[in-house]
Amino acid sequence: MKSRITVDGEPLPFVEGQTVAAALVAAGRVAWRTTRVGGRPRGVFCGIGVCFDCLVTIDGTAGQRACLVPARADMTVRTREDGDE
Amino acid sequence: MTEPADLLVVGAGPAGMAATATALAGGLRVVLADSGTTAGGQYWRHPPEPARAAIPTGDLHHGLGAYRTLTEALSTGRDRGRLDLRPAHHVWSVTREDDAFTVHAVDRRHAPEESAVTLRAPRLLVATGAYDRQLPFPGWDLPGVLTIGGLQALLKGGGVTAGRRVALGGTGPFLLPVAAGLAARGVEVVVVCEAAHPLAWLRHPGPLLRNPAKWAEGARYGAALARHGVRFRPRTAIVGAEGTDRVTSVRIASLTPGGAPRPGTGRRVDVDAVGVGWGFAPQLDLLTPLGCALTDAADGNAVVTVDDGQRTTVPGLYAAGEVCGVGGAPLALAEGRLAAASVLADGPAPPVPRGRRLAAVRATVARHRAFARAMALAHPLPAAWPAWLTDETVVCRCEEVTAGAVRAACAEDGAHDHRQVKQLTRAGMGWCQGRVCGPAVHCLAATDRAYEPAERLIATPVTLGALADLDARR
Repeated sequence: MKSRITVDGEPLPFVEGQTVAAALVAAGRVAWRTTRVGGRPRGVFCGIGVCFDCLVTIDGTAGQRACLVPARADMTVRTREDGDE
Repeated sequence: MTEPADLLVVGAGPAGMAATATALAGGLRVVLADSGTTAGGQYWRHPPEPARAAIPTGDLHHGLGAYRTLTEALSTGRDRGRLDLRPAHHVWSVTREDDAFTVHAVDRRHAPEESAVTLRAPRLLVATGAYDRQLPFPGWDLPGVLTIGGLQALLKGGGVTAGRRVALGGTGPFLLPVAAGLAARGVEVVVVCEAAHPLAWLRHPGPLLRNPAKWAEGARYGAALARHGVRFRPRTAIVGAEGTDRVTSVRIASLTPGGAPRPGTGRRVDVDAVGVGWGFAPQLDLLTPLGCALTDAADGNAVVTVDDGQRTTVPGLYAAGEVCGVGGAPLALAEGRLAAASVLADGPAPPVPRGRRLAAVRATVARHRAFARAMALAHPLPAAWPAWLTDETVVCRCEEVTAGAVRAACAEDGAHDHRQVKQLTRAGMGWCQGRVCGPAVHCLAATDRAYEPAERLIATPVTLGALADLDARR
């Protein structure tokens, strides 16, 4: 059975070992943040922690690179926030 | 490991792993720190150990024999208390005082929690690798457009494909394994746009002939692409991406020899994801603040200067792998071994030199460097790439600075390097600190020299909490 994280209140399944970004992409999400100036949608771009496009809030800590943080059951992820918060 | 380390290695890709294994074999105590959750770097990126049965990736890799040998050497080193392996450690600063190095990192094994860690050793080897170099184009900031390294990382690290119908573009041999890996996982790779012409390689027959393994590898990928019906189009580029909330199509065009889109050749291809990469940019963040001399490499990057034993110009500081010039994993492995051999030779009790073996490693390094140079010359950034920008094209993704603003800073305000452009426009001032847009802004502002990244005093964002933590333990 797949484990689950909670993303914006909704359960999201992931395979143990995947990052939060991999779990989001596997679920068909390509964007989960909007930019500060243009309000443009952004998701994963570099996938290796360089570009900071994929920022999310994890367990209340903002500015987390979803592509670096391994998903863990019971993790709570909030999206749609600009990284500067 | 309780005793102090003799050598600190930052980066556990092929170079750092090889250096660590050689140093352990020579009797040194080593600390190996890496930001990844498991050793291997980007080249040998794997899911964490317990997840490997659920996420099989073995068929996506190359040279796994060497990886397993090195993994075993590291594991033996840990068992014997000679290796302190630090995964998920993000190094944000390195200082040198009293002939020793202090490395400041945050331990993110329990991310998002982080705690400050200070590591010390008399000798430091930096093997921090490289990341995909990018050239902006209209629409490259749409969701679904990724770097080819990003597509590969999702695939190798998480078993995830970012789209079902994908176009790849840019330049360099790395396009091939990414295309082959995606195709092997059932993705329809509709086109691979390579800006260079493969015949450019024929201008450098020497390095090609001396590296038969390289062209055999290329031929294997070529066969894999043919088997999956992937169309490889030389002298073409992805010059635009279109869509509203995500990419739905790309525009591809044939290129003139200078790299400008040929009028009338553009056509639209429907896709749901795109991968782009224009070679690599070495990760010099930890090296430049230490005052290492840099050298221009043939691919347009400044790289760290090393002698024939991988010693930088700073005493006690060694470098190996892509930071010394982008050249691929076999070169990185050889440079890692060579660097560790130098650490041993420079130490208080130098081992009896094994002349012939070291000479063979040096010869391997020389052969692969010649190949890397030929590769750089055969896959240049197309000189006329700015022709596909519009004034509205976003160049700096973080601060959303457009090509028009960068051009105005250069033409009207006289900026002639990326640092001045940054001061005038904020390009490179955001979260990524110019890592993504730096090479492109450099090209727009200055064309007569290699790209030297801005010095970043803090190489990765750290929380104030982690800094306070550090202070409390002093």
